[in-house]
Amino acid sequence: MNPLARRRLGRIALNAAGVAVFLFAVFPVYWMVATAFKPNDQIFTTSFIPFPSPPSLDHVQRVFTKGVGELPIWQYLLNSTLVALSAVVLGAVFALLAATAVARFRFRFRTSFLILLLIVQMVPAEALLIPLFTMVKRIGLYDQLLGLIVVNVGLTLPFSVWMLRTFVAAVPKELEEAAWIDGAGRFTTFWRVLFPLVAPGLVTTSIFAFITTWNEFVFALTLINDQGKYTMPVALKFFVGQRSTDWGGIMAASTLMTIPVLVFFLLVQRRMVSGLVAGAVKG
Amino acid sequence: MTDTSTLARGGADTSAPSRRGRKRARGSGLPPKAVPYVLLLPGFLVIAVLLLYPMYQMVEMSFHKVGLRQIKAVNPAPADFIGVDNYESVLSSPLFWSSLRNTVVFALVTVALTLLLGTLVGLLLNKLGPKMSTFVVVGIMAAWATPPTAQAIVWKWLFDSDAGVANWMLNLLPDGLSRLLFGHSDWSGQPWFNDTSTLYFVLIVAVVWASFPFIAVSVLAGLKSIPSELYEAAKMDGSGAVTTFRRITFPLLKPVFSVLVVLSIIWDFKVFTQLYLLAGGTTNRDAFNLSLWSYAEAFGGSSPKLGLGAAIAVVLTVILLLITLVYVRQIVKTEDDIR
Repeated sequence: MNPLARRRLGRIALNAAGVAVFLFAVFPVYWMVATAFKPNDQIFTTSFIPFPSPPSLDHVQRVFTKGVGELPIWQYLLNSTLVALSAVVLGAVFALLAATAVARFRFRFRTSFLILLLIVQMVPAEALLIPLFTMVKRIGLYDQLLGLIVVNVGLTLPFSVWMLRTFVAAVPKELEEAAWIDGAGRFTTFWRVLFPLVAPGLVTTSIFAFITTWNEFVFALTLINDQGKYTMPVALKFFVGQRSTDWGGIMAASTLMTIPVLVFFLLVQRRMVSGLVAGAVKG
Repeated sequence: MTDTSTLARGGADTSAPSRRGRKRARGSGLPPKAVPYVLLLPGFLVIAVLLLYPMYQMVEMSFHKVGLRQIKAVNPAPADFIGVDNYESVLSSPLFWSSLRNTVVFALVTVALTLLLGTLVGLLLNKLGPKMSTFVVVGIMAAWATPPTAQAIVWKWLFDSDAGVANWMLNLLPDGLSRLLFGHSDWSGQPWFNDTSTLYFVLIVAVVWASFPFIAVSVLAGLKSIPSELYEAAKMDGSGAVTTFRRITFPLLKPVFSVLVVLSIIWDFKVFTQLYLLAGGTTNRDAFNLSLWSYAEAFGGSSPKLGLGAAIAVVLTVILLLITLVYVRQIVKTEDDIR
C-alpha cells in the first residue's frame, strides 16, 4: 500500500473511532428521550424501534398533569429549583468572601485553611449523612426544604471556595491598588472593582454548585419525608418504585431532570476541566 | 497570590501596632490585619458546623448505641456508650467482607476501565480534525451531564429483561458465538438485576459511561499543553507511536494522571446513587457496598442502628483518607510551586 492510501485509511479509521465514541456516549441519552416520546406499543416490544414514529406527547403530558405520585411534576421541579437556587445564592456569598481572603491576603492560617478545604472534600458526604440527619432532626429542620438548603450550602462550599480563589487571583491587583490610591474605601474597591471582574468566575462556580445540588440524591432522600417536598431525584426514585412499568413516564421525567444540567454543562464546559483538575471533588 | 497590596496598605501599621491602623483603613473601622479573618469567618463557620462537627459526631456516634429513642425531637434518651462494640459487629459481620469486596472490586475495575477508555478517547480527540473533535466532545458531554439518578434509570431501562436494547443486541450475535462466550444463545427475558455479579456489571458500564468524558477532556487539555516541537524531534529520531507515548506523552502528563487516578478512586469508592437505584433500595444485601450498607443500617429498617451505620462510615472514610493522602500531598506540592 502506498503511503498516501495508508494515510487516508488511517484518517478514516480515526474518524470511525470518533463516531463510535460519539454513539456510545449519546445513545443512552438519545434512548431516554426517544422512549419518552414513544407510544406504549413501541416501548414494550422486543424489537428495536429506532425512532418514535409518530412521536407521542402522551407521557410528557401525563407527568405534567397526572404526575408522579399524586402530584404533577411541576411540584418537584419547583422544589429542586428552590433548593438549588437558595443553596447557590447563600453559598456564593460565603464562597466569595472566603475566596477573596485566601487569594488576596497572606495570613497565618491561610495554608491550614486551604488544606482543610481539601481534606473535608475527601470525606465522603454519605458518611456525614448520619450525623447531619440527627443534627437536622434535633434543630427541627427535618422534612423541611430549609434543612436541605442548609446542608447543600455546606456540601458545596469547600469546592466553591477552592475554585473561586483561582478566579480572584487572576484579577490583576493593580486595579484595586489604583482604586485604593484614588481614595476608594475597602468596600467600594471590592464592590466596584473586584466584584465585576470576578463575576464570570462566580457564575461558573455557581453553576457547578447548582448542578451538584440539583443532582444530590442521598440527603434529599433522607432529610425529606413529605412527598410534596421531594426534589426531582427522589421523585424519580419514587416513580420507579411506584410504577416500575411506566417506562414512558419515567423517561419523560428523567429527560426533564436532565435538560437544565445539559444546558448548564454546555455553558461552562470549557472552564470545567481546569476547575476540577485544579484540585477538588465533585459532589 | 502574593500579598504586596496588603503590605502596602498595612505595612506601616505593623511597625506601629498601637495605632491599629484606624486612620488608614478608609471606609471600615477594621484593622487591616483582621480583614482576611473577617472575610473568612462566615465560610469557616459554615464548614465547621456542617462538615467538621458532623465528622467529629460521626466518630463519637460510632462508639454509642444510637437508635430511634436517641434521635427523637422531644427529650431524646441519652445514647449508651458501648466502646468498640459497633466496630466489632462491623468486622465480624459477613456483610463487611462482601461489602468491602464489592467496594474494592468495583472501584478497581471501574477506575481502570475509566482511565483506559478516557485516555484513549483523549488521544483520539487530539488526533481528530477540529470539526470532528468538537462533534465528539459535544457527544461525550451528554453522557457526562446526565444526573446520576437519570444515569441509573436509563441503564436499567437499556438492560431491561424484556424490552431492553442490551438483550436485543445480544440476540443479534450468531448463536454459536453467543453460546461459546456466554453459554447460551437466547437472551430474551434475560434478567440482569437479580444476580449481584450482573448487577455490578451494569453498574460498572453505567459509571464508566458517565465518567470517561471527564478523563478524556482532561487528557486532551493536558496533551494540548505539550509543545509540538517535542513530537517533531521524536519523529526525526525515528521514534514510533508507542515509544513516543511512553517516553514523552506519559511522563509529561504524569501529574494530570495522578490527580485523575485519585479523583476517580474517591468517586468510585463511595458510589451510592446509581447502586441504590439499580439494586432497588436496601433489600438486596448481597449487593451492598460500604456506603449502601452504612445507609441500610442507619435508615433501611424499622429499627435504625445509627451507631453501627456511623462505624461503617468511619471505616469507609479511613480507607479513603489513606488513599487520598497521596493526592493531598500532590496538591499541596503544586500549590507551593504556583507560589
